[in-house]
Parts: sequence; structure tokens; C-alpha cells
Amino acid sequence: MIRALLLRDIQLATRAGGSAALALAFFAAVATLVPLGVGADLKLLARIAAGVLWVAAVLAALLSLDRLFQADFEDGSLDLIALSPLSMETVSATKIAAHWLTTGLPLTVLSPLLGLMFGLPPEAYLILALSLLIGTPAVSALGAIGAGLTLSIRRGGLILPLLVLPLLAPAVIFGAGAVQATLDGISNGALLLLGAFSLAAVVLSPFAAAAAVRLNLAG
Amino acid sequence: MSPEFLTVENLTGIRGQRLLFRDLSFRVEAGQVLSLEGPNGAGKTSLLRMIAGFIAPAAGSIAFGALSEPEERGKRIGWLGHHDAAKPQLTPREVLRFFSELYGAREPIDGVLTAVGLAQIADLPCQYLSAGQKKRLALARLRLSGRPLWLMDEPLAALDANGKALAAAMIAEHCAGGGLVVAATHEKLGMPCEQLILGAAA
Repeated sequence: MIRALLLRDIQLATRAGGSAALALAFFAAVATLVPLGVGADLKLLARIAAGVLWVAAVLAALLSLDRLFQADFEDGSLDLIALSPLSMETVSATKIAAHWLTTGLPLTVLSPLLGLMFGLPPEAYLILALSLLIGTPAVSALGAIGAGLTLSIRRGGLILPLLVLPLLAPAVIFGAGAVQATLDGISNGALLLLGAFSLAAVVLSPFAAAAAVRLNLAG
Repeated sequence: MSPEFLTVENLTGIRGQRLLFRDLSFRVEAGQVLSLEGPNGAGKTSLLRMIAGFIAPAAGSIAFGALSEPEERGKRIGWLGHHDAAKPQLTPREVLRFFSELYGAREPIDGVLTAVGLAQIADLPCQYLSAGQKKRLALARLRLSGRPLWLMDEPLAALDANGKALAAAMIAEHCAGGGLVVAATHEKLGMPCEQLILGAAA
């Protein structure tokens, strides 16, 4: 049952008109635009690379988050899913996983390539990819709370980032901080903190998201 | 299927500061159809959503057999809402396969697709389906759910004469097997049923 929901959400995200390719293209476009604006100073670009790529990744993931529950809410699928044998918490966790597999994971895989464009040294783009691998599940998880809360709001897509971005600040700080530390040749434990943050977000968010969805189903 | 019944006692429904109904009590036995009637805005859909457990009633109780908790009750309910839940990107076969796996249904999909007359277009994306065809898809999904209590919101809307007969036959078959149906409708269901008229006093 969980598998059915996971596969369907992945299928919807990757099929024509889905959000997976869109998020990836957005990520690449933002990451390409910044060097054009900043100029070809490789030293400077390498310094800001982690921050820019992390912010771009978070924004790209947020792009598709507002549809996480909303598409199913609008066409009545969510009512049917709510009455299925799965609990709403399990449904939320499954949808978060599907969202991460179709946005966070591809963004992570693409990031070393974009890191190269920013003139990051090889050891740094490994850390960049690792930090995204650890941190992007938190983006999907915390985003799901926002998606649940803004479910029945028209233009909820505009309010969602306002709700979720402040919650995601730690992920950006630790994620970019880990890469920064590698560039400076020091060890600051940012990856560990990022891991802790991400774990807490992934474990707790399904409960909050499920409560938010239930609230909106009653509306 | 053990004999089951839906009991609603002294139910009061309020939506957005407006009283929809007060002290509503009724009982639906296994094999019975309850037709919910009344003007637009009388609270038919709200009552269905209360029975399904989506909306908490302002007062009163709803129980299906011994199950009075909304979560438990929900696992016995087959839902046909007024939205069609047909993803434009997916084909009817894919939609049914998903819900069949989600609900752990045992009935084969192909037979149900044929029964509702969608076998010819089973592999056409739902965006090309008409409203009536989407309703047939919803009927197929309801049958696959295998749940004893069917809650239907406007089951006949958008269907052609043939489709209406099909829906009526499905409901009759479900009841003959000991199932229960509560249907909000503006049309005659075409079978013997109990009637509950909402909003008559307003």
C-alpha cells in the first residue's frame, strides 16, 4: 500500500508536466545565472558556491512542494487516500519520501557538475553533494508541513515559502558551512549538525503535516 | 459479511456559523439505500463528510456497527465524492491499479473496467475522458474498494441513461450482498430506498 502511493507520486512527478524535471531545470538555471551576475572571479565564485547552490536547491525543492497535497486535495484523491488503510502520518511520510526522491536526490546528483562550474576544488564538491544528500530530506519534510497548512488557501504557493523558508535556515547554514569549512581546511562538525537537524525534521514532520491535512479535510 | 448498520443520533451540523441540521437521527440497515435529498446548500455533502469522519459534528454521534471512532469507521467506508479523482496524466487502468493496491482490493481490475464500460479507453490518459466517463471510473473505484458502507455524492450526475442504469445496478448489487448505501442526490435512484430530506424546515 505504501509502495503503491510512493510509486504513483513518483510517476506523477516524472511524467510529462511533472515537477521533477522542472525543479532540476530551475536549480541549474539559477546556478548558471549567478556566475553571469557576479563575474568570472573564480576565487570569489568558489567562496560563494556552496551558499548559492544550497539556496538554489531549497528554492527549487519549494517550487514543487505546494502541490504535494494540493493536487490530490483539489481532485478529491486525498479524501480517498484518507479513507485507505494507511494512516495520514504514513501517507505524509510516503509523500515526503516521493518528493525527496524526485527533487532532493536529483539535485544532489547534479550538484557536483554545478560545483565544477563555480570552480570548487574536487574535495569540496564531494562535501557539497554529501551535505545536500543529508540536508534535502529536511527540505521535503519541513516543506510538507507548509504544504499541509496551505492546502486550502488559494495561491497557497506564495505563502508556503514564507512559512517554510525560516524553518530551513539551519539546513542552509550547516550545509553551506560544511563546504566552507572544507575550503578553509578546517573541521567544524557542520555535517553532523545538519544530520541531526535533518533526522529530527524527517521524524517529526509527518505528524505535523498529517495534523495539518486533517484540519483542511474538515474545512 | 456480518449484518451491519449505520446509526446517527441527535446529530447537529454547523458550517461557517450556519446551522445545517439539528437533532438528526436515523439508522441504515444492511441492504438498505438511504437517499439524501434537499435543496442546494441543505448540508447533504456535509452530512456525508461527517459520516466519513472528515468533519466533526457539532453535537451527536455516528456509529457504524460498533465503530464510533472516525478513524476506524473510515476504514469501512467506500467514498464517491463529487470530485472525480482522475489524474489527467494517468490512464483509467493506472488510476484503478493504484487505488486497488492502496485499498488492498482483491477483485481484478480488468473485469471492473469492462463492467463500467471503460475497457475500450482503459489506456487513454484521463485528460481525454468526459465527465460521464470519469464518473464511471469513480464507480469502478468504489466497487474495487470492497467496503461495506458506500457514501455517494451525486452518483448519477453527468451519467447518460445507460450509465444511470449501470450505477443503479451496482447499488442494487451492493445492497443484495449486504452492503449499505447513503447517497446524496437530486435524481431518483431508480430503486426502492429510504428517504431523508434535509433543509425542509428552512
